[in-house]
Amino acid sequence: MTKTVKGHVHSIETLGAVDGPGLRFVVFLQGCPLRCKFCHNPDTWPFEGGEEVTVEEQVKQILRYRSYIKSGGVTISGGEPLRQAEFVLALVRALHEEGLHVAIDTSGVYCEGVALQAAMEADLLLLDIKSFDRERAERLTGFTTDHAWKLLGDREAAGKPVWIRHVMVPGLTLVDKDSEGSAFGTEEEWREANGELLAGLRKLSGFACVERVDLLPFHKMGEYKYEEAHLPYELGATEEPDEQVVAWAEKALGEIWEERG
Amino acid sequence: MFVPGKWSEDICVRDFINKNYTPYDGDESFLAGPTQATTDLWNQILELRKKEKENGGVLDIDEHTISTITSHAPGYIDKDKEKIVGLQTDAPLKRAIMPFGGIRMVRSSLDAYAREMDPEVERVFQYRKTHNDGVFDAYTPEMQRARHCGILTGLPDAYGRGRIIGDYRRIPLYGTAFLIAQKRKAKDQVLPDVMDVETIQQREEISEQVKSLYELTKMAQSYGFDISRAARNFTEAVQWLYFGYLGVVKEQNGAAMSLGRVSTFLDIYAEEELKNGTMTESEIQEVVDHFIMKLRIVRFLRTPAYDELFSGDPTWITESIGGIGLDGRHMVTKMSYRFLHTLENIGSAPEPNMTILWSPNLPENFKKYCAKISINTSSIQYESDELMREKFGDDYAIACCVSAMRVGKQMQFFGARANLAKALLYSINGGRDEKTGDQVGPVRNPITSEYLDYDEVMARFDETCAWLSKLYINTLNVIHYMHDKYCYERLEMALHDEKIDRTMACGLSGLSVIADSLSAIKYAKVKPIRNEMGLAVDFEITGDYPQYGNDNPKVDRIAAEVVRKFMKHLSKHKCYRNARPTQSILTITSNVVYGKKTGSTPDGRKAGEPFAPGANPMHGRDRSGAVASMRSVANLQYDYSEDGISYTFSILPSTLGKSLEEQQVNLYNLLDGYFTDGGHHINVNVILRKTLLDAMDHPEKYPQLTIRVSGYAVNFTTLTHEQQLEVIRRTVHSKM
Repeated sequence: MTKTVKGHVHSIETLGAVDGPGLRFVVFLQGCPLRCKFCHNPDTWPFEGGEEVTVEEQVKQILRYRSYIKSGGVTISGGEPLRQAEFVLALVRALHEEGLHVAIDTSGVYCEGVALQAAMEADLLLLDIKSFDRERAERLTGFTTDHAWKLLGDREAAGKPVWIRHVMVPGLTLVDKDSEGSAFGTEEEWREANGELLAGLRKLSGFACVERVDLLPFHKMGEYKYEEAHLPYELGATEEPDEQVVAWAEKALGEIWEERG
Repeated sequence: MFVPGKWSEDICVRDFINKNYTPYDGDESFLAGPTQATTDLWNQILELRKKEKENGGVLDIDEHTISTITSHAPGYIDKDKEKIVGLQTDAPLKRAIMPFGGIRMVRSSLDAYAREMDPEVERVFQYRKTHNDGVFDAYTPEMQRARHCGILTGLPDAYGRGRIIGDYRRIPLYGTAFLIAQKRKAKDQVLPDVMDVETIQQREEISEQVKSLYELTKMAQSYGFDISRAARNFTEAVQWLYFGYLGVVKEQNGAAMSLGRVSTFLDIYAEEELKNGTMTESEIQEVVDHFIMKLRIVRFLRTPAYDELFSGDPTWITESIGGIGLDGRHMVTKMSYRFLHTLENIGSAPEPNMTILWSPNLPENFKKYCAKISINTSSIQYESDELMREKFGDDYAIACCVSAMRVGKQMQFFGARANLAKALLYSINGGRDEKTGDQVGPVRNPITSEYLDYDEVMARFDETCAWLSKLYINTLNVIHYMHDKYCYERLEMALHDEKIDRTMACGLSGLSVIADSLSAIKYAKVKPIRNEMGLAVDFEITGDYPQYGNDNPKVDRIAAEVVRKFMKHLSKHKCYRNARPTQSILTITSNVVYGKKTGSTPDGRKAGEPFAPGANPMHGRDRSGAVASMRSVANLQYDYSEDGISYTFSILPSTLGKSLEEQQVNLYNLLDGYFTDGGHHINVNVILRKTLLDAMDHPEKYPQLTIRVSGYAVNFTTLTHEQQLEVIRRTVHSKM
């Protein structure tokens, strides 16, 4: 009966190799209440639109790909998938009936009721921490990260795995230039200036359920979508972080994880 | 030393392999790096190749000598360092002339490189006819028209046809003396009551085969080796085998000159050396590296027009690796690894065209290693052993890109391809060519309705295919009759059984254009825009329609049906030497030229724009990710396209996973999925777009940058500018 629940699907990606373990079928759901300035899929923001499909139809389509995803699984992403919590919950359950691994990719902004239930039933949660500074997160996305940390706490209590994703945006969530605006001379200087990021990573390492943290360098490949949708793109002047800084961040993350053992 | 069997009495290489090979399940850790001699030799070759490129693509030509097995004195790169010797001419990268396919082609090639025809050679061909002359003596005006407008293109009527694989393993296993004796015996048996055409032809051919084996023996002798006896050790086995191949490429400049399936055979000799402690792993790898190096410098003299079709100086020295035996044991050996390892020891390269015969049942370690080589070099391709084993057993090999054949027992008559997108336009325009207005097909009233009606177009298209398939087969009959007569592959056929299965290997191009065109006509509204001659030269499409490459059965079914129907049409016609018609969906790089010659099509593609390569969806129309695209391709039935279905896949490393380990596992799961679903062939490129762009501007920085195009690999910097752009434009699958 729940298989007749309908969802609004923005698009699908049949070759997902970076959204959870293994090869995955990724369903992007329509609609998101956040307005992340660095979002590269603003076309998923509107609550209206997308193709209306039932859980049954969606599962049927996914099962066509079983030979590819049998050792990977399905990732439900968006937009913010948990905005369509009933659909997601029904989809998670239907996919579990088929023996498939399911991940949900969320900002955690919906973390009560049916949404929470869906988030807890997923085999893996891909959780976005938009900024390690609560207020900056709000300026950056329209919401604080309180809900994300709460959801992380819930998964921790239940002992269910989480992968964290954090976008490194120069000047916002990543300091990549010194106070005079030039590149850091040494790694040490860079570390000193990025106390917030490092403290955030350390905080995450305290959660046993966090299996992995992906630090994603900001990129501008979605800029054209803003133009298409006649939306202002505020990060036009922001540059993609340089490789050295990204490498330092990866190294710091590696060390923190090492300490954790 | 070897386990005896049926192979000991009669020629049966498969039996020898089956009784003696050692499957290897371990990983790549046993492999050895390049020796000093290997690195030195390779650097010399790189230097020569640089000069070749600076010189406009051809380093040197021997225009005075008609190339035969024995025409040239021995040639070396650096004699003391070479473990495996033998060159096509007396110097590396010096190209020979092979006029028997067509003297005209030699003339225009020499002209293109500012060389003169030698008057002596010219004089010989005043009296000696070539394949090309023969074909044009017999062509009908209709065949000439079809060829001229490009509805039939790339036909091997002016050059060697290729795609015949000699069983080169027979030389080391038996020696030429035994092979000659067997051929003589066979000839004696061709003595029926009536001397009919077939019998006369066969007796003459076997005589030619015997002569070629004598010449081969003589050529090897000039290098100081006696190949009349069987090889006695690993190095000899490789050298003997290479001499066989070398003899062939001294005499035939066929489009594709494939090697077969030699690695597991050679592993048997290498295992023996290891067991006896007579060679180290490093010494074995050195021999393999030197052998592969030789294959990398095989060259043919070709015309610029040919290069435009098949860009990048390809030779298709295809070597098939892996697969599963009929007894259930996999056929991966240490030698499978060593062959692939040459791509690490002496860098990535398009040749030899290493082809993995994939099965989900191959050992995990090997699958992972293949994935690693793909990720690091983009130099190898994959084909479904599951599909091919069923039809060809466990001793088949790939000729050219995707054409399977049982080694030494089967051959094909290469037939290039028909442009079915053009055929669709002929169906709308009453048989007239959309570019020239010439009446090429049978006269019919053109379709005159305001909007195209699906049923009407389909009925007309079916008629056009009926006409085209007959014309096509008849044209190929002419070509192959003449090729046998004037440019017979005597040495390749000396390395075959006398009883040969022959296929007439037709092909179709423009599949995704037709599928999308028919889908547009069926599911959207398509209005032809006609010119003053009444020809539909453009199309207006109103509404959306399902597009091939998105795993949408509505259009994928149309694509599969087009393939099935064209095959049915081809099957109705009688072929030369009772060959069985087959077809492939493969364009190589000719999709650019086909596009250039074809007007606007009802799918929205504009006149002159390239087709997609092989069975690929059109550029940018596969919007559901690569796997959906792969499913659309895998939906095409191999049974109706037994000569192969080519799909080219390009992906950014970062899209395939974060770490190399993840990328490896994801790639082999992708291959497992594709082949489990019935896919036949896939080219895998793991490459950054920015690398390709940079290589266009600074080719000197990327002397070995290799990418896979439909069915083969090329050095990216040797592609024409147009083809480079086409490769870059083609979907590089990256999710944002």
